[in-house]
Amino acid sequence: MTATAPSRPLPHPLAVPATPRANRRPRRAGRIVLHLVVVGLMVLWAIPTIGLLVSSFRPSSELSASGWWTAFAPPYHFTMENYSQVINQSGIGRAFLNSLFIAIPATIIPIAVAAFAAYAFSWMEFPGRDVLFVVVVGLLVVPLQTTLIPILRAFAEWGITGEFLAVWLAHTGYGLPFAVYLLRNFMGSLPKSLFESAAIDGANHVTAFFRVALPLCVPAIAALAIFQFLFVWNDLLVALIYIGLAKPDRLPLTATMANLVNSLGGGWYLLAAAAFLSMLVPLLIFFTLQRYFIRGIIGGAVKG
Amino acid sequence: MDSQLLTAIEVVVGVPAALVGYIWLTERIVTLAPPKWQKRIRPWFWLGPALGFLGFFLVYPTIGTIIRSFQSRSPLRPRWVGLDNYKWFFTNDAALGALLNNVVWLVMLTVFTVGLGLVVAVLVDRVRYEPWAKSILFLPLAISMVAAGVIWKFMYDFRPPGQPQTGTVNAVIGTVGLGPVAWLQSPTFGVSTFALIAVMVWMWTGFAMVIISAAVKGIDPELLEAARLDGAGEWQVFRRVTFPLLGPTLAVVSTTMVITSLKTFDIVYTLTNGNYDTEVIANLMIKQMSFGEYGRASAVAVVLLLAIIPVMAFNIRQFRAQESVR
Amino acid sequence: MSRLMRTLAPLAALGLVAAGCSSSPGEKEDGDIRGDEVVVVGTWGGDEQEAFLAMVKPWEEQTGAKVKYTGTRDLNTLLSTGIASGQLPDLAGLPGPGQLIEYAEAGALVPLSDVLDIDTYTAETAPALVELGKGSDGEIYGVFIKAAVKGLIWYNPSLHDYSANPPSTWDDLLEQGEANKGSAEALWCVGIESGAASGWPATDWIEDLVLRTAGPDVYTQWYRGEVKWSDPRIREAFEIYVEDVLGNTYGGLQTAAATNFEVAGDPLFADPPGCVFHHQASFITGLGGFKDAQAGTDYDFFPFPDINAQYAGAVEGAGDLFGMFNDTPAARSLMRYLVTAEAQNIWVQRGGALSANKNATGYPDDISARSAEILANAQSFVFDASDLMPQAMNDAFWRGMVALTSGSASLDEVLADLDKAQADAYTSS
Repeated sequence: MTATAPSRPLPHPLAVPATPRANRRPRRAGRIVLHLVVVGLMVLWAIPTIGLLVSSFRPSSELSASGWWTAFAPPYHFTMENYSQVINQSGIGRAFLNSLFIAIPATIIPIAVAAFAAYAFSWMEFPGRDVLFVVVVGLLVVPLQTTLIPILRAFAEWGITGEFLAVWLAHTGYGLPFAVYLLRNFMGSLPKSLFESAAIDGANHVTAFFRVALPLCVPAIAALAIFQFLFVWNDLLVALIYIGLAKPDRLPLTATMANLVNSLGGGWYLLAAAAFLSMLVPLLIFFTLQRYFIRGIIGGAVKG
Repeated sequence: MDSQLLTAIEVVVGVPAALVGYIWLTERIVTLAPPKWQKRIRPWFWLGPALGFLGFFLVYPTIGTIIRSFQSRSPLRPRWVGLDNYKWFFTNDAALGALLNNVVWLVMLTVFTVGLGLVVAVLVDRVRYEPWAKSILFLPLAISMVAAGVIWKFMYDFRPPGQPQTGTVNAVIGTVGLGPVAWLQSPTFGVSTFALIAVMVWMWTGFAMVIISAAVKGIDPELLEAARLDGAGEWQVFRRVTFPLLGPTLAVVSTTMVITSLKTFDIVYTLTNGNYDTEVIANLMIKQMSFGEYGRASAVAVVLLLAIIPVMAFNIRQFRAQESVR
Repeated sequence: MSRLMRTLAPLAALGLVAAGCSSSPGEKEDGDIRGDEVVVVGTWGGDEQEAFLAMVKPWEEQTGAKVKYTGTRDLNTLLSTGIASGQLPDLAGLPGPGQLIEYAEAGALVPLSDVLDIDTYTAETAPALVELGKGSDGEIYGVFIKAAVKGLIWYNPSLHDYSANPPSTWDDLLEQGEANKGSAEALWCVGIESGAASGWPATDWIEDLVLRTAGPDVYTQWYRGEVKWSDPRIREAFEIYVEDVLGNTYGGLQTAAATNFEVAGDPLFADPPGCVFHHQASFITGLGGFKDAQAGTDYDFFPFPDINAQYAGAVEGAGDLFGMFNDTPAARSLMRYLVTAEAQNIWVQRGGALSANKNATGYPDDISARSAEILANAQSFVFDASDLMPQAMNDAFWRGMVALTSGSASLDEVLADLDKAQADAYTSS
């Protein structure tokens, strides 16, 4: 994302736009097409989720017998039983708190660490910078499962298995490649002029980072926070291996959810209800952080 | 519980504070050095924590994996077997089929998620119900993989022809008279793979959309207005102004989706476990691990690592281009 | 950390001495473990998890110790990662006898010879189950907490009641089934879909057929990899499956491949019924349409009939194996408790499970009681073959059955692939 202008002359700011009549009709038709496409996509995307939502309110005996849309015709057999079974699952309150304990620090730490590294990759010159950066990006592909054994061994030696610290550190390590990638891309496309004028004003890198780069990167940080939180919130394997083996009490919500189903897969209808309950938190985060996706933030900086 | 809460708060506040302190401190140290050296030393302090984490959590196990790929299966006394595991991989039908599938995944997943994400990000920018549209597209990503598996089992459910269909997709095509299809268990080559790719597109388009949308918001509105004043239609505004400005972001999203498609495992494992010609590399690797074949699993992991070298090369070229424009 | 240890060590030593003084040497009192924890890992979730927790509750109340249970489907990953890094739970469900041998050889499992009273255990448990808990050195490393009988033929009595004169041979079964088909669409209901484990119900079919056509000895050689898959004795079982079962199944091949095993038997209860018979293990009673149906009136079973008169009375079963990784007093106490009839009764009473202990009596209905009898009285009892094969072979078996049942591969192709997999899977290193 960059705000540098392509090489075209800007018009005089006082030039009054005169939209000829002929241009307005296609615009109306264009608006209709626009709405059709957007709403159409929304409906298409929502259908699977709505299907699950409706199914979560149906009694289990009906789920395999008929499609979820039939629930809207009489006889109406809606029930809250699936939800109450999930909520009454023993230990679910604690698991929910565990999920929060795990996810919040595991979101904040990688962002903080990545921010400094991203700045270095963007605005500091040093030999091997590009190759090192590309290697960091390449680490995105390392499969999680290949890291479990050596890391668990190290954690066991240091005595932190079963502690939340273990997963905080692990999620930081696993989340850094993407965090650095995203932030570097955003930071690197800020206009050079901003940093030049900051340097003229006598700012060193530290000041430039806190006064220029960081505030302008708020949309990227918001996006990153959303995704990192989401991935940690929905993670099961990392928590299971680093915490579950030593202290099962500290397992997050994903473990409780997975245990709603028995080893043969029976009870899967409870997963529908559990999924919706679990989804509320990431959605809340998404809504809350949406307001940081505001337009004009760069434009304002350039003008000012 | 209280002590844990305390620790969590300490960490949430303390770590960023500690990092800031660290940067401030190292800056003092750096300024002690002669100016020519300052430029050389400073980046490494800033990169230090990140490189430390990456080195331990990702690089160190990967080195172990690479070494392991040249060894035999026995976990207790691994023998050196040279390229045997790689030979196995490249002569194994299932492995080669998986490679082919991954190529299909790579192309389809990236094109559809980035394409749709771009379309949505640009279009919803102009409607009033934008937050709703974005939330609906983002929702699938918020649903855990476990729940996604349940949802799509529902969607693709199959009942014998003549019986009322319980799966949404089969019910919909049934209204126009097309017979029910066993989407996930199709003997026809490729059908099940496309069914799985559709699931991933459904989940990840929101990801592409959020990032591209953040970038779209950052485009100076004056540039767009200027183009419109020049008489450009909406499509031309997009092609001449918006799209080029989004270039780097699209590169980031595409790269991430390419890597995601190479790592795809959960969806395939949960829904088909590689049956019906849906096998993918990551699933193959996990399977080998469960067989205790750590040597072979490591070899598959190394193949994955090698597969992204072209992606990395592309990215280097991107930066160099970006740098020269700045 | 070390300062803490230095302070605690003398206190711990005092405690040990005090404990030692109050009980006779060599004996561990259950009272000593008040407040201790036992970390248990298994594959059980949902209602199984509830049953297990209910099973250990009396032990917790009696001893004052706590059980911390984690259920996971990734048991294999968890345990192999744990063994490789030295971080293990106290007790764990083991994926199967094959893995038990591996873990025992790796030195991870604790031999149970001085944890349990071996003589009582051997007397109370089916011999085959005792044998399967042994490692390659003959020591017992694992015990069965729960068992199941495979290869029961389920039917709906309202279509025709077979309880008076159940078919005694395979041909008899096919005849009686055809004769009393009524309005049913097909003879069999088959459903092999099961997510990541798809294909396993079909492997149960083949195992039952191999057992009865080729006998227990060939069965044993077969799962040990000593008999090829394309061997005519094994091939015969596959041919029966393809011709007599797949050729006459509800909804044809597509439905058999795409239907989840839990609801595969539901067409028995439909009107008109989709099929006459459904082949499944004893635990089906807790799943799908069986859960809401009435035992005895809506469904009943008879055991898989003999095929070759030589091998009459053979029974296939399976079970949940438990092993101990960390030797702690609390873990020992729990292990001793889990093998008793009282403990296993608790689970059994909840339905859907059979006990490995012969003295368990709390079966909730006639159907489970009869299944348990079959298990106890089997003339020759064998364990589920696919669970005994190396994981790679097991996986190839599942996939082969998926390909065969869905019609995507011919019998020859499937057997050839299985032979290839067999050659690869049974090498040790």
